[in-house]
Amino acid sequence: MSDFLKIQGLQARIDADGTPKDILKGLDLEVPKGEVHAIMGPNGSGKSTLSYVLAGRDDYEVTGGSVTFKGQDLLALEPEERTALGLFLAFQSPVELPGVNNANFLRTAVNAVRRARGEAELDAVAFLKAVRAETKHLSMSDDMLKRAVNVGFSGGEKKRNEVLQMRLLQPSFAILDETDSGLDIDALRIVAEGVNSLRSPDFSALVITHHQRLLDYIVPDRVHVMAHGRIIHSGGPDIAKTLEKQGYTQFLEAAA
Amino acid sequence: MPAVTETRETVEKLAKSSYEWGFETDIEMDIAPKGLNEETVRLISERKGEPQWMLDWRLKAFRAWLEMEEPTWAHIHHPPIDYQDAHYFAQPKKKPGPRSLDEVDPELLKTYAKLGIPLHEQALLAGVEGAEERLPVAVDAVFDSVSVATTFRKTLAEAGVIFCPISDAIREHPELVQKYLGTVVPVADNFFAALNSAVFTDGSFVYIPEGVRCPMELSTYFRINARNTGQFERTLIIAEDRATVSYLEGCTAPQRDENQLHAAVVELVAMEDASIKYSTVQNWYPGDDEGRGGIYNFVTKRGICRGARSKISWTQVETGSAITWKYPSCVLAGEGSVGEFYSVAVTNNHQQADTGTKMIHLAPNTRSTIIAKTISAGHSDSTYRGLVRMQPKARNARNFTQCDSLLIGDQCGAHTVPYIESRNMTARVEHEATTSKISEDQLFYCRSRGLSEEDAVGLIVNGFCREVLKELPMEFAVEAQKLLQISLEGSVG
Ligand SMILES: Nc1ncnc2c1ncn2[C@@H]1O[C@H](COP(=O)(O)OP(=O)(O)O)[C@@H](O)[C@H]1O
Ligand SMILES: [Mg+2]
Repeated sequence: MSDFLKIQGLQARIDADGTPKDILKGLDLEVPKGEVHAIMGPNGSGKSTLSYVLAGRDDYEVTGGSVTFKGQDLLALEPEERTALGLFLAFQSPVELPGVNNANFLRTAVNAVRRARGEAELDAVAFLKAVRAETKHLSMSDDMLKRAVNVGFSGGEKKRNEVLQMRLLQPSFAILDETDSGLDIDALRIVAEGVNSLRSPDFSALVITHHQRLLDYIVPDRVHVMAHGRIIHSGGPDIAKTLEKQGYTQFLEAAA
Repeated sequence: MPAVTETRETVEKLAKSSYEWGFETDIEMDIAPKGLNEETVRLISERKGEPQWMLDWRLKAFRAWLEMEEPTWAHIHHPPIDYQDAHYFAQPKKKPGPRSLDEVDPELLKTYAKLGIPLHEQALLAGVEGAEERLPVAVDAVFDSVSVATTFRKTLAEAGVIFCPISDAIREHPELVQKYLGTVVPVADNFFAALNSAVFTDGSFVYIPEGVRCPMELSTYFRINARNTGQFERTLIIAEDRATVSYLEGCTAPQRDENQLHAAVVELVAMEDASIKYSTVQNWYPGDDEGRGGIYNFVTKRGICRGARSKISWTQVETGSAITWKYPSCVLAGEGSVGEFYSVAVTNNHQQADTGTKMIHLAPNTRSTIIAKTISAGHSDSTYRGLVRMQPKARNARNFTQCDSLLIGDQCGAHTVPYIESRNMTARVEHEATTSKISEDQLFYCRSRGLSEEDAVGLIVNGFCREVLKELPMEFAVEAQKLLQISLEGSVG
């Protein structure tokens, strides 16, 4: 098996009101095919930045390192090309699109991706069937399809809408950026089930979270601890429990 | 849309001397000498076979025009227009055009293709010579304009609806034309309206008799008359008591014209419980990237709700022209009558638009709604100018105005200029305005879902315009959406 997702020495910065600010400072990470990995780390350690850089947001400047995905130089691709290749990012803060009907948005996205992957586009009927099956699975109301994308959605509805998009776009590698934050326990179960039912030898995921709780439902193959723009420790699912009890201090000290 | 060199040259040539083009190919042409004087007006009237009253009417307009000056209050700039340096009447026996699609500006063809217009229709739109005769037999059903027009006329005649060129109406229905022409937009209303009144040569006349719901949408859509767009169009629509009509003007495909100055007048009259819906998609040539050679579009559109509970609704999608000067208005004279204005104006490159509406409330319980969406990109400049006037008798009249501007890039401008005049204490006027930008967040979110940057902009812009687009008749709405996206191509990134 060749490298699936391989990040080496990744450095990235952002222009913070005129002064460059380094956020990722030489990050190494590998996620093999078919595995689910978790990243935990204190606020501000650069977790969302990592997810944005992987998805291709261009206000982050990559100043060093490399990322290969399915043997391709991921950083050379446009965001939509990365999505076509199988990457998906569930946003920590999903963006509102006023006036854009959610169902129409989903269908446009699904068909854009299908076209790029050389698959036949879905007509209105086939699409609706596909989307209905998923919304039922995620206990989402039809009403959410009729509203404008994320406009007036509650925190939980937004997260579910992200998972809905993930399932419709059929990625081979999904990044979930704090998809669990702001969810009650029932919603958390539904979201976790939405991810778990995709688990297969052909699906990998990187689950970014603050809470051990999510990892009780989505049990990761490996857990990475991130701080100051680097992965400072990696291990089995047990690390999550240690973190929950003792906090990040011991890892931070060990890395210092 | 970037124009290729060929277009630029063609347009420059056309702009310099409009009709040289015609003489070059030795086409027989019925043409008035350059310049505008009483003789020109007389000649137009004579060539059109008009009755004396019509000529008198034109002359009155012409004399008024001589006393008037071009308005300067709008937020637009252009080199002075030399009104004497143009032909006011020219009827080519046959329009010279490109001989095949190969000779047509490829950019234009690309746009047609994006709009999903079939090849034979593209040829027709681009004015390829003989395209009409060479239409393949198989497409007769779709595009045989003669047969479409025939079925069309028959259905309308059965309903008692009159829908014909205004020149025909002047000859065939003089009593109706004489009764209503110039009653909504008087001959001396403004500089461009006076000019139009003196020299108009084309346009439509619509009459819907009492109690009749017009059985189909009436349209100047290119599928029915591709080539009859004139420089000085005059349209008059009358809906008698309880009559209903929906009228579509324009074309989503980009339209070229040798004439740089366009000054149309549209008059609508709605009697008791009547309803007129007037929808426009305007996509005149906007000029090259620098705005050279584009059309100047100075339009006067006004409707009067004469009868109680009558309704006039204007919906417009304005994407073309180098300069647009246009304020479709409603005079609410009937008690409880309703005026509506829904507008999307898009400007890109160096386009300028000064557009908006006037709602004049004369009677009690009248209501008006204004939804204006302005999108500016490139170096363009767009102004919304709206007047809401509540006259002393407009007891309990209501207006709601919402103006939203969307900026793409940081070189463009958007201005909102609301004028509110209220002379009745019980009248209520509400005004809301917003200005926003397409955010990087929104673009990135869409692209991370697989959309190209252009599709993402199209989607966001269409979302921004949703409240207006939903007012358009179905087939127009679909094309208008595509058109918005095409108009903004190359405006981001
Ligand atoms: N657009 C931005 N402008 C300035 N600073 C930013 C921006 N985005 C992120 N940062 C900073 O980068 C650091 C990492 O942020 P982020 O990746 O969101 O961390 P996490 O997701 O781990 O909480 C933080 O200090 C944050 O303030
Ligand atoms: Mg974060």
